[in-house]
Amino acid sequence: MTAGPAPRGDRIRSGLRGPWPVFLGRQLGRFAASMVVLATAAFGMVHAIPGDPVRNALGLNAQPAVVAATRRTLGLDDPLWTQYARFLRGLVTWDMGDSLISHVPVAQVMTRLIPATVGLAAAAFVLAVVVAIPLGLLAGIATRDGRSRGTHVAFTSVTGVFSVVPDFVLGVGLVFVFSVTFKVLPVAGQSGPESYVLPVIALAAGPAALLARVVRVEAQRVLAEDYLRTARSKRLPARLVYLRHALPNLLTAALTISGLALSSLLAGTVLVESVFAWPGVGNQLVRSVLSKDFPVVEAMAVFFGGSVLLINLAVDVLIAVVDPRSVIKET
Amino acid sequence: MRRSTSGRAAVLRTPLGISTLVLLVAVVGVAVVAPLVLGSRAETIDVAAMDQGMSAQHLFGTDPLGRDLLARTLVATRLSVVLAVITTVVAAVVGVLAGALPFVLGRRLGRLLVATINLSVAFPSLLLALFLAMIFGVGAQGAVLTLALAMAPGFARLTHSTAAAVAGSDYIAAARLLRVGRARIVLRHILPNIAEPLVVNATTTVGTALLSLSGLSYLGFGVQAPDYDWGRLLSDGLGSIYTTPAAGLLPCAAIVVAGLTFILAGEVATQVVSGRSRRRGTARRVVTAPVAPVAEDTGPAGDVVLRVEDLTVTFPDRGTRPVRGVSFEVRAGEVVGVVGESGSGKSLTAAAVGALVPHPGVVEATRLDLAGRDVRRLGRAERDRVLGTSLATVFQDPMSALNPAVRVGLQLAEVSRVHQGLSRRAAAARAVDRLAAVDIPSPERRAREYPGTFSGGMRQRAMIGMSLMAEPSLIIADEPTTALDVTVQQGVLALLRDVVRQRNAALLFISHDIAVVSRIASRVLVMYAGQIIEELPVSALVDDAAHPYTRALVASIPDMGMDRRLPLATIDGRPPEPDRLPVGCSFAPRCPLADVGCAEQAPPLVAIGENRRVACWKPPSDVGGPRSTAGEGGRG
Ligand code: SF4
Repeated sequence: MTAGPAPRGDRIRSGLRGPWPVFLGRQLGRFAASMVVLATAAFGMVHAIPGDPVRNALGLNAQPAVVAATRRTLGLDDPLWTQYARFLRGLVTWDMGDSLISHVPVAQVMTRLIPATVGLAAAAFVLAVVVAIPLGLLAGIATRDGRSRGTHVAFTSVTGVFSVVPDFVLGVGLVFVFSVTFKVLPVAGQSGPESYVLPVIALAAGPAALLARVVRVEAQRVLAEDYLRTARSKRLPARLVYLRHALPNLLTAALTISGLALSSLLAGTVLVESVFAWPGVGNQLVRSVLSKDFPVVEAMAVFFGGSVLLINLAVDVLIAVVDPRSVIKET
Repeated sequence: MRRSTSGRAAVLRTPLGISTLVLLVAVVGVAVVAPLVLGSRAETIDVAAMDQGMSAQHLFGTDPLGRDLLARTLVATRLSVVLAVITTVVAAVVGVLAGALPFVLGRRLGRLLVATINLSVAFPSLLLALFLAMIFGVGAQGAVLTLALAMAPGFARLTHSTAAAVAGSDYIAAARLLRVGRARIVLRHILPNIAEPLVVNATTTVGTALLSLSGLSYLGFGVQAPDYDWGRLLSDGLGSIYTTPAAGLLPCAAIVVAGLTFILAGEVATQVVSGRSRRRGTARRVVTAPVAPVAEDTGPAGDVVLRVEDLTVTFPDRGTRPVRGVSFEVRAGEVVGVVGESGSGKSLTAAAVGALVPHPGVVEATRLDLAGRDVRRLGRAERDRVLGTSLATVFQDPMSALNPAVRVGLQLAEVSRVHQGLSRRAAAARAVDRLAAVDIPSPERRAREYPGTFSGGMRQRAMIGMSLMAEPSLIIADEPTTALDVTVQQGVLALLRDVVRQRNAALLFISHDIAVVSRIASRVLVMYAGQIIEELPVSALVDDAAHPYTRALVASIPDMGMDRRLPLATIDGRPPEPDRLPVGCSFAPRCPLADVGCAEQAPPLVAIGENRRVACWKPPSDVGGPRSTAGEGGRG
């Protein structure tokens, strides 16, 4: 492990002369294009709402005058392309109008809610990765070449169940055990660090189980490779065999799955925040969609979608750093 | 395409298959029966029995309106499962259409659609469904529709990638040539071929749809009162988790059981389709073929680098013994070739010397001395040091034997770092020095590169350089040139020869190719069916071999000069399977000289001169000089 970070950095530097600018340019271009598509979809979503979105939101017995006034302030009577341009400009300048319900600026709502959600998702992601990669690697080592059938069955059963149990159900179970029965952790809300424990576990368990399974399978594959036999023939200590020779070769797969896990974890925040009454974007999203508060929903669609795109971009770039061959392949 | 039905049925008899089937029958059974039997009990409002705990009458208590919680949970099965199935069907239909459309549409539109599919697959379907709810509204209908649309990209991508593979095949090309309409190609040729993966995927999707729908209902997007599914029950019950926890926990349990059932069913379906069931290995009897007694070892013992006596390698799981009583020694500065067909035990013999026999192989020997020390009696650390410094191995395929993720220089240097205690800098310098020694141009630069930039021949040179890091007394080269083309082979052979000469190391050179062995070795061990059947100096190989198998090997190589005394040009038949060894001479079924005695008793390996041994009842009487042991007397 000691020599790990140094060569990576080196690799990027030496690579900058090569295919890296093209690769990065293409990745960023793809990201920007996807963002535009995403913003357009969010905009289109509001305009695809059957009937009048304002009447929809304010209710059937809203005063026609109020509806008309709201339509005017939102600029819904302008030509479509003017509205579209205004929407895009609003996203860039972080000025997305006011909520229909609370009349608070959408930007202010988002600024208040995003840190809580990102904190939750980041903590859960770190926990999932920190647990899953060593666990999967150890399980892979223990079950290599068909060794230890018992460990294999136990590992696949436990991780299998955890990867299926949905996060909100696990959250309810955790609340029942730790908050209701043993009363050691808070039921809901964001307060001190202890309030993070249950929602983070509920969010992390599924992705961690999935990631651990993939890492184990990859570890088994890598451990059977010829170059691992070479490493063993050199009589290196186990630490070097596994960390220097095996681990880097399963990182690509682990990274890909981590990216997927992070995306699904972000979606999971919606449900988990709802179970734990967490003051985040997910919880608000549910309320805003139910009350048809479309300026807020639009912004949230861009936030969630943009996060997913950003994660995918980060994974692609990280994979290229770990395995420079993919850069050459792409360009 | 069709696989045997017995193979498919076998999957259903595994523990996984049986339990999945039981669960599936239970879930579907409850979905059908519970509303009929428990319907009224689940919906009768009983103010007298509000919010009760567990009792004989209400097993898991009641809700705030006095309705039985267990009954409600069971009755909700139908709606939950039915909605999940409808969602899956809609998602599959929409997805398949969208996935097949690019083949029907023109190129440009098709590409746009594929890009859209690929983009939307990246988004978690629950998120998509939440946003689509803005358009389609809340309620069971809206939830099913939105979730189906959100899950459709998954089906679309599966359809598109499977269809793309099918579309590339010959018969589609033929259909195109015949100007069969594009829509017709999709309907007649592509769809039937992707049916299997789609069904498998759909089974799993029912499970995930059930979980997601529960989530949507829980959030208030799905089923609305007075209807109820599990998600709705959960959202109603969660508020009273302190007073009647069962109100929240029962639907949770139901969601998990049902979700798990359908996802397991998807797993089983995958196994059925791929026709692969995990068959239990039937324990077979360990074959204990008689091991021929070893003749007295009379070689000079001064500078023996490797001494192996009565080495066996057994695989108890398969009941085979691919190496059976092998004895030989290698002296410093000597190149010993080991020849044999694949499966003769030559590579496993080498692996046993290097303690690299794959799990669960068992190595036994009366002696296994490397550089004068019995490696099996050393402690773990000391054994690793002795094996790491005295022995080096060059493997067959240089393309896979070097780690693609580690710099070549580091792969060499780590040997000296670990076993010789060199500093990082000193080890790196030594690695460069060794790369230079094996004629790798600009070794400083090459040491910093990854193996991916090396050609096959250069990688094998690097492997040889690696073997020289610790000044080993023995190098084992296991088919080192087999994976290389002929011109590169020559260079690698020359390099190995030089290395042995310059460093006074011994080389154990393993190959199936007797011609290659004869070019480098001074002494040859011929292996057959896990035993050494002849040992002879390379000078005797061409016209003085004693064993019919060795003669046949030599005769089958055109450029080695035919031995015309025996009418053998090719060797008919195949070596015996390791679990079906003959009782007598293992070569008897293929041997032109075999008689009844050969088939009854195995010939011992006996010395027939200086450095010469043979295991055959009928070696020609004119080889090797006078017979030293009574070979004839051994037969009863
Ligand atoms: S012992 Fe008999 S069967 Fe075996 S090689 Fe010699 S002659 Fe052939």
